[in-house]
Amino acid sequence: MQFLSYLISGISLGSVYALIALGYTMVYGIAKMLNFAHGDIIMIGSYVIFFAFGSFGWNPIVAVLFSMVVCTILGVVIERIAYRPLREAPSLAVLITAIGVSYLLQQVAQLLWTSNAKSFTSVVGFQKVTLFDGQLTISGETIVTILVCVVIMVALTLFVNHTVPGHAMLAVSEDRGAAQLMGVNVNATISLTFAIGSALAAVAGALLCSSYPSLSPTTGAMPGIKAFVAAVFGGIGSIPGALIGGILLGIIENLSKAYISTQLSDAIVFAVLIVVLLVKPTGLLGKKVNVKV
Amino acid sequence: MKKFVSGMLAAVMALSLAACSGNTDTSSAAQDSQAATSEGSASQATIKIGGIGPTTGGNAQYGNAVKNGEKLAVDEINAAAGYTVFELQFEDDESDPETALNAYNALKDWGMQVLVGPVTSDPSLNVASKCVDDNMFMLTPSASAEDVALTGSNIFQMCFTDPNQGVVSANYIKDNNLGSNIGIIYDSSDPYSTGIYTAFMAEAQQLGLNIVVSDASFQADNKSDLSVQVQNCQDAGADLVFLPIYYNEASQVLIAADRIGYDPVFFGCDGMDGILGVEGFDTSLADGLMMLCPFSAFGEDETTTTFVNAYKAAYNDETPNQFAADAYDCVYAIYQALQDGAISADMSSSEMCDALTSAFTTMSFDGTTGVGQTWDENGMISKEPKVYTIESGAYVLAD
Repeated sequence: MQFLSYLISGISLGSVYALIALGYTMVYGIAKMLNFAHGDIIMIGSYVIFFAFGSFGWNPIVAVLFSMVVCTILGVVIERIAYRPLREAPSLAVLITAIGVSYLLQQVAQLLWTSNAKSFTSVVGFQKVTLFDGQLTISGETIVTILVCVVIMVALTLFVNHTVPGHAMLAVSEDRGAAQLMGVNVNATISLTFAIGSALAAVAGALLCSSYPSLSPTTGAMPGIKAFVAAVFGGIGSIPGALIGGILLGIIENLSKAYISTQLSDAIVFAVLIVVLLVKPTGLLGKKVNVKV
Repeated sequence: MKKFVSGMLAAVMALSLAACSGNTDTSSAAQDSQAATSEGSASQATIKIGGIGPTTGGNAQYGNAVKNGEKLAVDEINAAAGYTVFELQFEDDESDPETALNAYNALKDWGMQVLVGPVTSDPSLNVASKCVDDNMFMLTPSASAEDVALTGSNIFQMCFTDPNQGVVSANYIKDNNLGSNIGIIYDSSDPYSTGIYTAFMAEAQQLGLNIVVSDASFQADNKSDLSVQVQNCQDAGADLVFLPIYYNEASQVLIAADRIGYDPVFFGCDGMDGILGVEGFDTSLADGLMMLCPFSAFGEDETTTTFVNAYKAAYNDETPNQFAADAYDCVYAIYQALQDGAISADMSSSEMCDALTSAFTTMSFDGTTGVGQTWDENGMISKEPKVYTIESGAYVLAD
């Protein structure tokens, strides 16, 4: 029963990683860049919810929707100002810019809201569920996190495979030059990707901070990196890969904390990542890429 | 990658600092300022106090509290004396040992005669050895690692040492029979937390306390999720959970325990002070929390109420935590040495260091964090530990 309880909280943690990993994986798949500022957009989104819901007492759903709008605008603006001018630049330049944006967001957050951590009021209204005569307690946050993650994954997969903008995203990801020649608006498609990724970041922020309620300007940094690992684990560029990578990562992390050592949990997570990449260099569901010379 | 980039930035900063340090002569800079502030009388000269602490970055809340506490004390002393007794310059170290050295050098160029800082243990260790080399008096408000004071005879602490807190906590728990099965959650990446933990474990073994969970630790990089550690303690049947950690993480532990319906006695150390001030935290969860702390903003004595009211008036009604109180005391302790005639403003930093070292080891100091406090030859302070219980949002002295 204890095992089940650790497993469920692992899946919940993994679901949050998966949602964040989606932002990384979509942007990487389509713009071929690593948006390291993604974790900090989560942090900004969480602050928006903290004030809208916690301080102004808005309805939690309205607060999350508002935060999604703010993050979407922020993500698109960052893409427009910081990344689009570098579209033809070497990828290292874009990477460094992304790290710069990440620092910028953290420092701005610190100026605006100070570095004192805030305790985030959970946006989930459900009470905990007790099963098997009190032997297993599952918090409302855990249930909502897992459900929301599954719904978003299904919706996103349908969107990409069955709508015109979705097809445009696939086309740009396949071959940007050819897609442009076929009349796909590449810039608009990349903006759309950032918009979706950032809106998901707001949702991820709400769930992350509801489960783990400490909110500070560096809140997004470590989950961001873990989610990036999850994206690589599952195969970067693949949407189902982000889901599987995220959830596996969460489960491995929680179980190793519970049964092996809380000190070594991160080491174990990364060791598993190394083994997976040695056996399957493109990640679990990654596509094999033939590089033409 | 981020580490690499910050390393590069630090290197650039170091270079630029070195470039502007130039050839300022410390002693002449100090004398210039004396000439500017004094009106011919030597007794009205100014002593330059340097402060170092993280005012940005993840530990900024502690650094800012110390900065505010020092500034408040300096302003009060200057206002009471009617002239500039102390001048304070505070440099940011981001809680990074290398940056702390740069901050120290910048302060030396400015003409610092006494150092009140740094705030956190790792930077303090680095700066302390530099202070020993330079014979600069260093009084840290809050770096509680034992090694800091042991670096040299001119390094003094205003706070408890970590092992001291661990030993006192274990004895208190034993004497008051607070728990028969004890779980511990600590931060293995933090010297403060591990210092208390190690001493607590050793003492608990001697006292025969029954520790059921001793390996539930977390690190700076994965402290956002503490639910597994809490669940470990619940599964092991711990009826007391010892938390030698800072209040942010402690607030997460309390929330996680509440979510799984786990309600043991929680016992923390001085890092717990501030938990009631965490924005958005439901303080009713902290009811019954016990903590070892030298300072309570709810104290009734006159020193404490004066300090708390002045602090609130100066800083947007913010309640001071023990970092601010320790820093405030540091400045007043130096002021006491000045009033006793042990030091004077025309001393060089090295002369002042010798004078303060002998003054501190012989004097007794009353402040917001304790009365009748003395320092031993290692620079460690004698403080009477107090245990508080939180009851409906206020600290109540436990007996």
